[in-house]
Formats: sequence, C-alpha cells, structure tokens
Amino acid sequence: MTSCKREKNKDIKKINGVSFRITKRATQKFRHLHIPSSGQQLEAVALETASAEPNPLSVFRTSEQDPTYHSEGHTGQYYMLPPAHIQKLFPYGLPPRFQLQIKTFNEGCVMVRPPALELISYLKRADYSKPPLRYVLHGDIGTGKTMSLCHVLHYCYTQGWLIVHIPDAHLWIKNCKELLPSSSRPSRFDQPIQASQWLKNFKITNERFLSKLKTTQRYVWTKRESTKKGQPLGELIDQGVNRMKSSSDVVGAVLRELRLQAGGTTEGEGAFKLTVAVDGVNALWGKTSLKKEDRTMCEPEELTLIHNLRKMMKNNWSGGAILTALSQTGSVFKPRSAYLPNELLGEEGFDSMEPFVPVSVSNYNEKEFESCYLYYLDRSWLQHPHSRSEEGKKELIFLCNKNPSILERLCAAL
Amino acid sequence: MPLWLIVSATMDAVSSVKLPVRQIYVSSSLWKKNLAAAGPQKFTQEFIDKQVEEFEVGKRHLANMMEEDPETFTQEDIDRSIAYLFPSGLFEKRARPFMKHPEEIFPKQTAIQWDAKGRPFHFLFYTGKQSYYSLLHDVYEKILAIERHQDKMRNKGLFTSDTKQILLTGSRWLLKEEIEENLVENISDQDYMRLIQLMEKLLSMPYCSLEKEFILKFRKQLEVQSSKYEIPALQYDPQGVAFSVADGRRKTAKASITLRDSGSGNITINGRNYLHYFPVLQNRVQLMFPLLFVGMMGRFDIEGSVEGSGHSAQAGALRLAISRALLSFVSEGEVEKMRQAGLLTADPRIRERKKP
Repeated sequence: MTSCKREKNKDIKKINGVSFRITKRATQKFRHLHIPSSGQQLEAVALETASAEPNPLSVFRTSEQDPTYHSEGHTGQYYMLPPAHIQKLFPYGLPPRFQLQIKTFNEGCVMVRPPALELISYLKRADYSKPPLRYVLHGDIGTGKTMSLCHVLHYCYTQGWLIVHIPDAHLWIKNCKELLPSSSRPSRFDQPIQASQWLKNFKITNERFLSKLKTTQRYVWTKRESTKKGQPLGELIDQGVNRMKSSSDVVGAVLRELRLQAGGTTEGEGAFKLTVAVDGVNALWGKTSLKKEDRTMCEPEELTLIHNLRKMMKNNWSGGAILTALSQTGSVFKPRSAYLPNELLGEEGFDSMEPFVPVSVSNYNEKEFESCYLYYLDRSWLQHPHSRSEEGKKELIFLCNKNPSILERLCAAL
Repeated sequence: MPLWLIVSATMDAVSSVKLPVRQIYVSSSLWKKNLAAAGPQKFTQEFIDKQVEEFEVGKRHLANMMEEDPETFTQEDIDRSIAYLFPSGLFEKRARPFMKHPEEIFPKQTAIQWDAKGRPFHFLFYTGKQSYYSLLHDVYEKILAIERHQDKMRNKGLFTSDTKQILLTGSRWLLKEEIEENLVENISDQDYMRLIQLMEKLLSMPYCSLEKEFILKFRKQLEVQSSKYEIPALQYDPQGVAFSVADGRRKTAKASITLRDSGSGNITINGRNYLHYFPVLQNRVQLMFPLLFVGMMGRFDIEGSVEGSGHSAQAGALRLAISRALLSFVSEGEVEKMRQAGLLTADPRIRERKKP
C-alpha cells in the first residue's frame, strides 16, 4: 500500500511542479502527527518518509530517462543521459562546454524543452516510406539548438535508428591543415584528417549495424585496393580509417550505401531507419576559409566531404529523417546579428533546403529558468550566498535575459 | 699659487705694496637674492588701492563693451562676460581667465602693528598671534558674562535650564583654513582645537542663546545637495501607464530613455535587445545597477536610444539616464541615497588633447 502511494505522489509532482513540493512536505508532517500507537505502522511510515526525503528538492528532475516517453508534462525538467549512451552516441557530438559540465557534475543532464518535444512528436508520426522530411532548428545565439538536436538524437538512438551525426559542419570548412587534391576526381579536394575522424566516430556510434549492412557495388580505391560487392560496411569503414588518402571518398561511399539501403528497399534483413543530423548546416552553402595552392579561395562545392553531404541533404531517398540546426557561432564571414534561416543559409542554401520544417528555439521561459537555477543550486554550482536569495536570482535573470548559454557562462564565473 | 698664500702675502705687505687680487670665479647663483627667505610678497596699501581703482574702471569698460548698464554690473555678469570674451577649454577652472575684485585676489595683510616709536598697539602683540589670543579672550569674557547673568537669574529665582537653544543642525564649525583667513594669521592645529573646545563650552551653558549671533559667525551653513537635481516630470500615456523621459551623457555618448511602469524588465536599445546590443557583461551590469539599487528590478520597461563614443561610454550614458528617469518614481530619501551612491553625478572625465 505504501509503495503505490509513493508512485502516485511522484506522478503528481511531475505534472504540477513547484507548488506541490510544499504540500507534500505538509502532508508528511501531518502524517507524523497522526501516528497510531502500533509500532509496525510507525515503522512503515518512517520508511516511506525516509525514502521520500531526497525527492522534495529535485522537482526539476525527472526520472524518465527514455526520450520516447517525454511529454509536455516534463518540460523544464532535467533528465539524465545514461553514461553508456553518452560514450557511444556522442564521442564528439556534444558541445564542448556541455562536455566540461558533464565532467564537473559527474552526470550529463539535459533539459526537456518544447522544440525537442515538437521534433520528437513529428518523428513519431512521420511516414517513413516517403522521402525524408527536413527539420531545421533555428533561433538566436545560445538558445539551445545544438542541445535540442542532441536530445532528439538520443531519442533516435534509443529507437534503434542508424545515426549519421556531423557535430559541426563548420569544422570541415575552416582550419584544415591538410588539403589534398582528390584521388578520384581532379577538381575536388580531400580532407583526410576530418574524414577519418568522422569515420571513427561513426563506427563507435553505429557498431551494431556495421556487420549487418553490405555494400551494393564494387569500389576501387587505388590500383591495388578495392572493396568487392557484398562486403560488410565495417570493412569499408576500416579501409577509410586505415588508408587516410582515400578516407574522404570512403565517406562518400558510406553515405551512398546508407542512402540506398535506408528504407529497407534492398535486402530485407537490414531494414533500418536513417537519421542524418547536421549541426551548423549553413556551412554547406556558405564560403570556406580554405585556400587552394594558387591562393584562391576554395568553394564548398570543391570539397569532397561537403559535396557528399549535400547529396545526403536532398530528399531523393526514403526511410529516415534529416535533422539540422543552424549555427552562427562557428560560421565564417557571417555577422553576429544574423540568426534567421535565410540570412544564415544564403539564397543557394535556402533553395536547396526547401521545403523544410522550421523549428524555432528561443530563450528560457520563467519555468525553465527556475529549473535551471534550481539545478545549479542542487549541484552546488552557485557558491555565493547572495545567489540563493531572491535578489540574486533577479540579478541573474537581468544579466542573462534568460539566455541559456549566457546564463551558463555567467554562473561559471561566479 | 694657491689663494691663501696670496692672502697672507697681502696681509704682510698691505701698507707698502698693493698686490693684485685674484678673481675667484663662482657661479652666479651666489649673487642672486635668496627669494624664499624673503617670505610672501608684501603689497603696500597704496598699491592695493590703485588696483581697486583699476578694477572699477575696468568693470565699467567691460559693461560698456557688453552693452549693459555700468551701474548695475554685478560680479556674476563680469564672470559671464569674461567667459564669453575669453573662452577657454582648460579643465582646471582656476587656470581660466578671470576678473575679480582685488580683495579676493591679493591675500589680506595686516597693517603695521606698532607706532612710530616701535610701541605695539595691541596688548597681546608679544604673544605672536595677537588676533587669535584676543579672540580667545573675547570668548572667555562672554562665558563669564553668561555666568554672571545665570547667577543674577538664580538670585531672582527665575533660573530655568530649558531656555531657547541655538539650532546647530545643517551647519558646521568653520575650518582651520577659514579661521586663519578671518584672523589673517597662521594658527596651529592645537590652537584650532582649543578654540573649538572653548566655543563648545560656551554652547554648553544654558543661557548661551544670548550670544547667538557671535556663535553663528563661526558656523557655516551646509546646503542640502539633493535639492539641486531637477526631477523629470511623470507623464501618463493614453493607457494610463506612467512613464518618464530622461537624458544622460558620458564622454561623447548621448543617451535618451523612456522608462515605462508596469513592465516586465525588457530593455530595448536602438531597436535591439540589450543582450545583443551589449554582449559584454560589464555594460549590462552598468545598466542593472540603478534598478538594483532602488530595488525595482522587474518593474520597468526601458526603451532607449544612444549614439556616439564606444560601448562602455554608451553604457555609462544609459546608466545616468536611467537613474535620472527613476527620480520621478522614487521618494526623497531614496534620491539622497542615489546621490550618495554616485548614480546622479555625471562623469566629468573626457579625453585629453594630444600634446607633443
């Protein structure tokens, strides 16, 4: 009897939020006053209150770790990413500051927010026999586009989809140390380091699919090396990782294979859903900051990786979804005030991405801010005693205007 | 040959032979007068009278130049005219050209204190600080007079201790420098403290109100600073929401603000959100400070426009404008607190010119 009462209280907590915390405490005390004389019942009550004790403070947390079951009732609450999932799914996928936070707090907690929930609901209801829908997360700087994307990716991972995740497309168009002319096509350029890095990450994330999927055609890399038809995808990836020279082409081949096999149109065994998640998708159609050997600027078209990615962005395949997020922070040659899709994508990008489903991400509202504030307090991140008072909270609200990234940076300095 | 030998030679043969005297070359600083030893420059009374005459004539000329009535030309008019005729960009106000009465320019000097035979006029001349000691003497005389008055009242049986007391709030004792100026003498710190103690003793007596004028000569009134600020008028827009408009300046930046009541803490500057306009944390803290100080953080909506100078100066200008706009929403005591916190003072620092 006591156990089902406990669960009911938890559910009520989830839905109503802060106010119920006080009433729960009140009911606990009330129960103490009406302790009956028999010792057994006393023990049972003591047990229940002792186990319920840690919960009153964690109103901003939810114990629902599976994104499939996140709903509107969970908005504003933090859920914990299981460490095993973090290692597999996000070897380099999470934003660097969030990785630091995971290290500091010893846990990775993500807030459930409306844009991510919206995306997940679209994914649940989409028809996967048709061409994939393109979703674009857009919004002001620091509002949480990348984190929402990671949340949705976690959902896809738990659903068992194959994930193609490019954490930041901007990294492929700037600061490249080695730019080799492509071995296969004369007018293109390869980026071996970035390509092999990405292949390694891809391998870690999608371990279980690699042996099931087979290549559909023969790929010739050099005069002596080639991959025959019907080889498992894992071999293709190893080829790319070991031979850096041809790694960019391997990436292109892998993407092509996935496109062909996504809807389960070829061999029946490998029916899987494919999600292509690109952060900083405006990098694909902007300008690069790389220079060719004759000191002219490189176009993104001329880079193998970008060219292949653009092919993935087209919806001429089926059985999956394309999730993208715009980003101004890593972009080159874009002013800081630009945050709208047509500004960041440019004309060319906008035309190629159209039609897409825009999902807007904005600053925290009151409840979400409250939740974040309580989370930092809980983790003892806000050390100064003034930050615990009402005025301190008002100061925080003013200084960051409820922008998630600025709040995070503000608290880090405190 | 060394000098002393020559000297001794001259001493021996002074009567008979006139030996040549060798010139000793020394630096010219030995021949100059030791200026510091002479003391402050003394002006004769005739000199000062002449200066006063010249000043009066000059005043009439100036009034003529400015096409105003020479008879009713006051010192303020003189200051105004000089500032107009000789505009100066110097920061130090005392370095700018001025035209003042010679009394204010030349330091007060004591006339000769003794007669033709060398006999001093004042009986305390040989104390060295005759005005100071004579002042102490006078104060003590008054104390004795009051005691005598007290005794008289006691004898008559009319002694009451709750007589009219002198109001001392809003004034302070004259400073040592001011007393020195009045006495035209230098006094030491201990002398000053002695004088103040004596005045306090005078004040502690019940019938001190008899000497009120004398005591008030030694007290200086302090003005109430906060009454200087003009509070912007509180206006109401058609919906009945109160708002006020104010300006602020810092370096070359000029800001203008509309502060609306019953808002939610949104701030828009030049059409953009303040988070985008001021990415630097320090500037946002500057914006926050007036509201935090007064404790009205989430109450107002601010719409501002600012131009000129750099981001820090713009933030400073906005802060001043917000503080001024807040004056109309805040009580008197708060205004004084804000003034003491430095929110209402315009920062006078400007960029210095380039020097070679």
